[in-house]
Amino acid sequence: MRYSGWKVFAEGLRGNKGWKPAWRDPAPKAEYDAIIIGGGGHGLSTAYYLAKNHGITNVAVLEKGWLGGGNVGRNTTIVRANYFLPGNSEFYSHSLKLWEGLERDLNYNVMHSQRGLVNLFHSDGQRDAFARRGNAMINQGDDAILLDREGVRELLPYLDFDNTRFPIHGGLLHPRGGTARHDAVAWGYARAADRRGVDLIQNCEVTGIDIENGRIRGVQTTRGAIRAGKVGIVVAGRSGQVAAMAGMRLPIESHILQAFVTEGLKPVIDHVISFGMGHFYISQSDKGGLVFGGDLDFYASYAARGNLPMVEHVMEAGMTLMPMIGRARVLRSWGGIMDMSPDGSPIIDKTHVEGLFLDCGWNYGGFKAVPASGWCMAHLMATGESHEVAKRFRLDRFATGHLLDEEGTGSQHNLH
Amino acid sequence: MRLTCPLCGPRDRREFYYYGAEDYLNRPDAGAPGSAWDDYLHNRDNPAGMTRDLWYHEQGCAQWLIVTRNTVTHAVTAVDLVAGRQGAAT
Repeated sequence: MRYSGWKVFAEGLRGNKGWKPAWRDPAPKAEYDAIIIGGGGHGLSTAYYLAKNHGITNVAVLEKGWLGGGNVGRNTTIVRANYFLPGNSEFYSHSLKLWEGLERDLNYNVMHSQRGLVNLFHSDGQRDAFARRGNAMINQGDDAILLDREGVRELLPYLDFDNTRFPIHGGLLHPRGGTARHDAVAWGYARAADRRGVDLIQNCEVTGIDIENGRIRGVQTTRGAIRAGKVGIVVAGRSGQVAAMAGMRLPIESHILQAFVTEGLKPVIDHVISFGMGHFYISQSDKGGLVFGGDLDFYASYAARGNLPMVEHVMEAGMTLMPMIGRARVLRSWGGIMDMSPDGSPIIDKTHVEGLFLDCGWNYGGFKAVPASGWCMAHLMATGESHEVAKRFRLDRFATGHLLDEEGTGSQHNLH
Repeated sequence: MRLTCPLCGPRDRREFYYYGAEDYLNRPDAGAPGSAWDDYLHNRDNPAGMTRDLWYHEQGCAQWLIVTRNTVTHAVTAVDLVAGRQGAAT
């Protein structure tokens, strides 16, 4: 069933009795050409692009819970392409271009809203760094505008410009940055993959990976054994456990990252604002809630909930930046399980097992990468070669020293 | 979250600096192959459940600690001095 304005109108006339489930609920077959472990954003987009770009439709996505129940439904929905390093810059640029055509491509409203993203700076040194980053973005073909203090004041008059600790000197505006409705991205990819013949199998936990003579044979699951010549591990925070089934130890440590949302308010924050010095960023959802977050709690955790010191820190940073939000009531907070790599950049690569592929290490930036990650992972699984824009996301880069340390803080697990 | 430092008693999490998995205590020999150093610095078991990791009591006694805790429940079962473990330099 294709969605359209006409369809909504016609169904309205018929009492909305013609809508059908957005995807099938198939039982797993005994064998597929390819299996994707993990039904989150990245896994679903990988399956979709395997079918769409490479004609591989005999594909199963195995999800231990429900589709989109992990980080793709637990993030702060920011979409941007403001990376600096070669290797990251072209990848996120590719991803943003895919975002811009995503709704038409998927025939699904993901509510992609290019409302503009502002990264604030507070010193001359930071201004220089942002000017350089903006130039890198422009060289990549994306957009960046360096704003001075008055330029920021015009866009965001409600910030505290007189703060003595972090006086606002200006900001880097990325007009094509913005947000999207996170659940809809998972659902849109799921529906589009299903329409191309991909089997989406929920409540199906992978319990073992079958390897014979260095080659992948399939997986063991709670719903029986499933054979496949190609298997992709796309499980974010759970990468360590799934990779261990294939005898691998990954350069990944899973950490907690918290986020918060307030009660619904009238439109007040039109952009995405990032206050790096306070580890704070904020936007307003279409429902009206202020959506904001901070930095990691900074210890390994699978609890999917954080601790109070970081809650306090985030609230303090928010009040420092925009005192006007002080009377908004926080409705809820939550935590995601972040697959942190030592240098803060992802991995899309083959493994030592032929036919077994790995997509992980998305740190706290996986949401905006969903389209390009799936695109490049599908390319890798279909062709055996890394995609041009993801060729530096190598698993062995920590051993070889070809790091992608976007923050410039070092290649160590507790630094990103 | 509180950690019970063996020297200072129960203290707020904010007094401690988290370093990472206990693996950091098993430093390879200087002549070990690059793969051993890569493993030591980067690769982790990353368990969902009981783990032992290193914390530094930065705003307390300045001791390195081995914390035995559960990464799923955040329950802390033991906090020991790195200096007190078997084979530690005296």
